[in-house]
Amino acid sequence: MAVAMLIATLTAATLRVATPILLAAIGETFNERAGVLNLGIEGIMFLGAFVGFYVADITGSLWMGLLMAIISGVLLGILMAYFTVSLGVNQHVSGLGITLLASGLALYAFRLNYGGRSTPPSIPPFEQITPLAKIPVFNTILNQYLLTYVTFFIIVPVSWWVMYRTSLGMKIRAVGENPEAADAAGINVFWIRYGVLTFGGGLMAMGGAFLSLAQLGAFTHGIIAGRGWVAIALVIFGNWNPFKVMLGSLIFGGTYALQLRLQAMGLQLPIPYETFLALPYIVTIIALVIAGRQASYPAALLKPYQRE
Amino acid sequence: MPLLKFRLEKTGAPLWFRGLIPVITLVLTFILTSGLIIWGKANPFEAYYYFLIDPLSGRVSFLEVLVKSTPLILTGIAVTVAFVSGYFNIGAEGQLYAGALASAYLGTVLGGISTPLAILLMLISSFAAGLLWALLPALLRVYLNVDEVVTTLLFNSIIIFMISAILNGPWRDPQSGWPQSPEIAEVTRLPQLVARSRLHFGFVLALTVVAVVWFIQTKTSFGLKFRAVGLGKEGARFAGINVERTILIAALISGGIAGIAGYVEVAGIQYHLIGELSPGYGYTGIIIATMGGLNALGVGAAALFFGLVETGAQTVSRALGVPVYLGEVTQATMLLVILGMFLLQRYRIRRM
Repeated sequence: MAVAMLIATLTAATLRVATPILLAAIGETFNERAGVLNLGIEGIMFLGAFVGFYVADITGSLWMGLLMAIISGVLLGILMAYFTVSLGVNQHVSGLGITLLASGLALYAFRLNYGGRSTPPSIPPFEQITPLAKIPVFNTILNQYLLTYVTFFIIVPVSWWVMYRTSLGMKIRAVGENPEAADAAGINVFWIRYGVLTFGGGLMAMGGAFLSLAQLGAFTHGIIAGRGWVAIALVIFGNWNPFKVMLGSLIFGGTYALQLRLQAMGLQLPIPYETFLALPYIVTIIALVIAGRQASYPAALLKPYQRE
Repeated sequence: MPLLKFRLEKTGAPLWFRGLIPVITLVLTFILTSGLIIWGKANPFEAYYYFLIDPLSGRVSFLEVLVKSTPLILTGIAVTVAFVSGYFNIGAEGQLYAGALASAYLGTVLGGISTPLAILLMLISSFAAGLLWALLPALLRVYLNVDEVVTTLLFNSIIIFMISAILNGPWRDPQSGWPQSPEIAEVTRLPQLVARSRLHFGFVLALTVVAVVWFIQTKTSFGLKFRAVGLGKEGARFAGINVERTILIAALISGGIAGIAGYVEVAGIQYHLIGELSPGYGYTGIIIATMGGLNALGVGAAALFFGLVETGAQTVSRALGVPVYLGEVTQATMLLVILGMFLLQRYRIRRM
């Protein structure tokens, strides 16, 4: 029973940790499928985490916080689209520019509103829900935030369905593979790319807001800590397929949950605890190396499209 | 490589327009960020006076601009070397920390040698450390085709944890308990250039690196190879260039130069290693490299300007109580405005 409980707690933690990264990675998957690498992801998550926290704090409504966070992500997605689609500027540089802008804005506003405090501000976070509360083991695993359920059971399957079973998904993939041909076939490359960047930005910010509104109930400078970059790695690992991306997020989440557990056990180990913190990132790189060899990048990724 | 393409086409833009670009950029950035300044309950015009003019009006603050620009020159050049060859090294931040780690270590063990020898040894080892931290992503890119953008970014996160482990473990200050390395020896510190200021010999090193890279870029066949590979791998291969080797060399030099940035911060400013050594100099280096048009001299100039922005952000913060992060927002806004400007130039050409 003890082993079953340990596995149940680890599984539960894995799902919690994977949620924000998975949300962001799904957003990035759509971006890249249409041919745009969005390195703004880290900053969009960071600003989403801040906006969610700030709005929830001043309005007292967590849902309002989540909504405004998503709107902030949508706006940054549109900005990214303006640079990479309308202007056709280098995607690496504009994405990093968006990350720096969003991070700067969040830090500026955080200092402005909470600067003088000696203790870090916090809010009561979202409650976890527990279906099957009477069944042991399952009640531990299923004790999750509503957003985790939405992510795994709605957003991922619907994303897969849209991508592979609808004409919209076909258009998105066509735009990312061969925009000239897609254009010739009457697909509006411009609007498809604007659409995915807008949608993707919303998902990325939602992932960030999950951290501040659900997992932590607070905002800190290190709240994202490279999770956006991990999400980009997971998209490649998952070969731009929502379900495989989900699998990747579970590997990262599992490693992370395991290191949390090992830390909590307080073992006297000869290696510093930071080794465990770095472990998920190292595992991500290894996964990337293994999967990356078969990775089939969208052919038009990084290439701006302009009608002649 | 659209960026390089813009540079090539830029020569066709009318001269009066090219001269106006810095002015338009500044004005647009000013307008876009003024909302934030008003939110911070300050007068935008007053804020911009403290931001861009006040630091240049006093001796101490002017020298401080040079101090702040020193690591930025180095990370900007580091990024430039890689980007020119089409290798997107986003890992200058981590490579900077690798160089800082090596310097902090040598600084505590080197003693009883002359300062010039210490400078030489630490310069070489910080370069080697940055190079080593850049090695694995570069090898993965060249031999296994693993995307370097992702790996270099993840390597940044990993070294931050490593530094934290070292500073909280073997190097924790035994007296204060602070997570910082022991002070480096007197002889290993970079000498001051001007009395009663923080300006140190690292600034000269940074300018030397600019000169060397400029020379390589414009006067040697190496520079030509880098550029050719960056413009198109297939074409370069057709011309008989060993593309893989060229990318590898560019990536490693880039990492090494970023490592030197860590050295000058440890041995010129802090005198010990701290976790907050760099407020994102590696990432700012990418903005600077872009604004400098991936040309060593342009990058040097952009870095000096960003040194002013960093100094100015602190001045505004002290004088008007506006959060110091205004500096970051301004830098990012300026980058985005500049990116838009590049394009305006291109449209000019197209219409001609």
